[in-house]
Amino acid sequence: MSPAEVPRSAAMVSGKHSLGFVVPALVLIGVFLVFPALWTVYLGLTDHRLTGLAAADPQVVGAANYAEALGDERFRTSLWLTVQFVLGSAVLGQAVLGFAIAWVLRDRRGPLKSVTEGLVLLAWILPSSVVAFLWIALLDRDGGTLNAILHTPGFAWLLDHPMMSIIVFNVWRGTAFSMMLYGAALENVPPSQLETARLAGASTLQQLRDVVFPHIKGHVLTNLLLITLWTFNDFTAFQLTAGGPEGRSEILPVYIYNVAMSGGRLGFGAAVSFLVLVVNLVLAFAYLRLLRSRGEVRPS
Amino acid sequence: MRPALAVAAAALLTLGACGTGSGDGGGSAGEGVTLTITSNSISGGKNAETADWTAEWVIPRFEAAQKAKGRDVRVVFQPSGVDDEQYKTKVALDLKSRAGADVIDLDGIWVGEFAQAGYIKPLAEAAGPEADSWEGWSRIPQAVQGLGTFEGKRYGLPQGTDGRVLFYNKALFRKAGLPDPWQPRSWQEILDAGAALKKAGVPVPIQIDAGTAMGEATTMQGALPLLAGAGAEIHAGGKWTGASQALKDMLGFYRQVYSGGLGDPRLQQEARGRDKSFAQFAEGRIAILAEGDYFWRSVIEPTAGVAPMKDRDSVVGYALIPAQRPGAGIRGQDFVSMSGGAVRVLNPNSKNPKLAWELLSFMHSAEATTSQLAGAARITSRTDVNDAVLGADPMLKFVSDEVLPLTAYRPPLAVYPQVSVALQEATAAVVSGTSVDEAAAAYQRKVESLVGGPANVAG
Repeated sequence: MSPAEVPRSAAMVSGKHSLGFVVPALVLIGVFLVFPALWTVYLGLTDHRLTGLAAADPQVVGAANYAEALGDERFRTSLWLTVQFVLGSAVLGQAVLGFAIAWVLRDRRGPLKSVTEGLVLLAWILPSSVVAFLWIALLDRDGGTLNAILHTPGFAWLLDHPMMSIIVFNVWRGTAFSMMLYGAALENVPPSQLETARLAGASTLQQLRDVVFPHIKGHVLTNLLLITLWTFNDFTAFQLTAGGPEGRSEILPVYIYNVAMSGGRLGFGAAVSFLVLVVNLVLAFAYLRLLRSRGEVRPS
Repeated sequence: MRPALAVAAAALLTLGACGTGSGDGGGSAGEGVTLTITSNSISGGKNAETADWTAEWVIPRFEAAQKAKGRDVRVVFQPSGVDDEQYKTKVALDLKSRAGADVIDLDGIWVGEFAQAGYIKPLAEAAGPEADSWEGWSRIPQAVQGLGTFEGKRYGLPQGTDGRVLFYNKALFRKAGLPDPWQPRSWQEILDAGAALKKAGVPVPIQIDAGTAMGEATTMQGALPLLAGAGAEIHAGGKWTGASQALKDMLGFYRQVYSGGLGDPRLQQEARGRDKSFAQFAEGRIAILAEGDYFWRSVIEPTAGVAPMKDRDSVVGYALIPAQRPGAGIRGQDFVSMSGGAVRVLNPNSKNPKLAWELLSFMHSAEATTSQLAGAARITSRTDVNDAVLGADPMLKFVSDEVLPLTAYRPPLAVYPQVSVALQEATAAVVSGTSVDEAAAAYQRKVESLVGGPANVAG
């Protein structure tokens, strides 16, 4: 009898122990994640403002903020710009460029690799306000470096192509993460398989598709999940264009800031934030489903 | 070895800071109190003279005066050098979380909404009855006191007032064959001068602030003086101005400037457009620029300005802003202006409200006000100081003698800043090519939704 009981009591003790270990983390998550999220939901139902009477005594207005946001052309434009920003700068830009750099540098050693990686990393680790000033200096209409190089004096990059500017900026800024993640992932690809494929006459594209990609599929999805969510919530572009001109680069985080902070409409801003949260959850859920289905397929 | 040393030194410094921090923050008067002042000014940057005055004159003198009374008081200055809207957000968030400096610098126009939100209290409540018996009140004209007053209660001490004029570059005017001194008598004369300047090769003849990126500057330097020149105030007789003829005339002037090549529409859209316009005026690229006397004393000031002009006194002229036509302005005036001004308020959450009031009233004493001038041009709130320094600077004298008698103030209503944004959006639309009627109609809809329906808007 006893041999059967011993593991059970051990399991119970360890269950209690693990509960003790988990509680502090749950409390932290509750205080810093769940409560603010619920608070955002509540704020989104009120007409709370930063100043004025509605700051002292906010009234519950029900779903009015949500209805207004969904019917607001500025919100819908902003959502569409955010989709462009995420697809352009994260999914196409950072992920593709990051992979390309990692692929090209995979077998290299020596100064070229360290210098390239160092420069890409530098763009990632510099403080965003410093980086923003550098880019303003680069793209400025009068006396910007880019106009000096291209001999296009007076060309207003930030005004004529605000979305393109912040997309290129964000690719430059965030490629390091994808590069490092793919760099690590590529080490999982057995060199013998690549060698075999090469000897069998597979082109680079075929090698990538049939040898490399199956090995790093999980990494690709994880990378896309992370950079999509980051980019969706990225505020750095504000320092370049502040959402302008006339809202033509007003991605959702900037829209929320402009409405809630500059415009003082905290309740409305909270409602929009909650909508963004829902979009993020949907995106995360979709990626996780993909990851899981991949996990189920693999053993078979 | 060296990094390790640096880390050790930093750690020691931090420890030292903690030590003094806990000693000073000890609370009860008598054994060390810390007061904090904040304003949107920073040494070497925005409104540098206020920052320097606070750090070099106010703080040492106040600390010394307190020491003489046997109190150990330390005063800290929290500088800021950002756009006014960002500063406002920061202060509102500070006050909302019951934190922030003890003495806070605010634009007078924010007093209403801050008071309604409960962020600030009337001085008599925050500091006690001594606030109402302060010696300075008798020295401050009613109109200027109004800057810090909301619903009949005094919330802040006004620092002074200002007036808007047209600044112009005399050198560029000479090049275009225009007279000096120059005083346009109608909007058309401004446009004519602009056309002449353009012909003479001036890249940007006229800068009238427009668009949302410039924030309240657009409203104060452009929309409201033009509206006043067309005979309308933004709020009159209990109603807000809607898409009236005066509003359309105002937008029409913008259109003439910005679609006729007399102004630079892109400058109005850029995130740092206003700062750039200052730099371009200083470089002689902009010929006519509408601004408050702030521009004279803080922007193109030869030594401490953010866009200094060494030859300011000989090259820069100033003219009254004309009405659309002679006699077409508000109150039948030929010339118009707008005025505002900053106030200083007490933080109702201050741990030492009495001492904070002592500091605040000290900062507004005749002695402090005079020292803040330090020979520079500024219309202070105190008539006793103005009387003594008037005439020291021709610009100060001009604003005080010519501009203030015909100026107007913004309505001290909490919803005003939102109406102001609606005006900015209307100018932005016109500058980027929307027709005047379309922009005016959009403005009318926006204002109606802001102020509680068409009944509160005069069409």
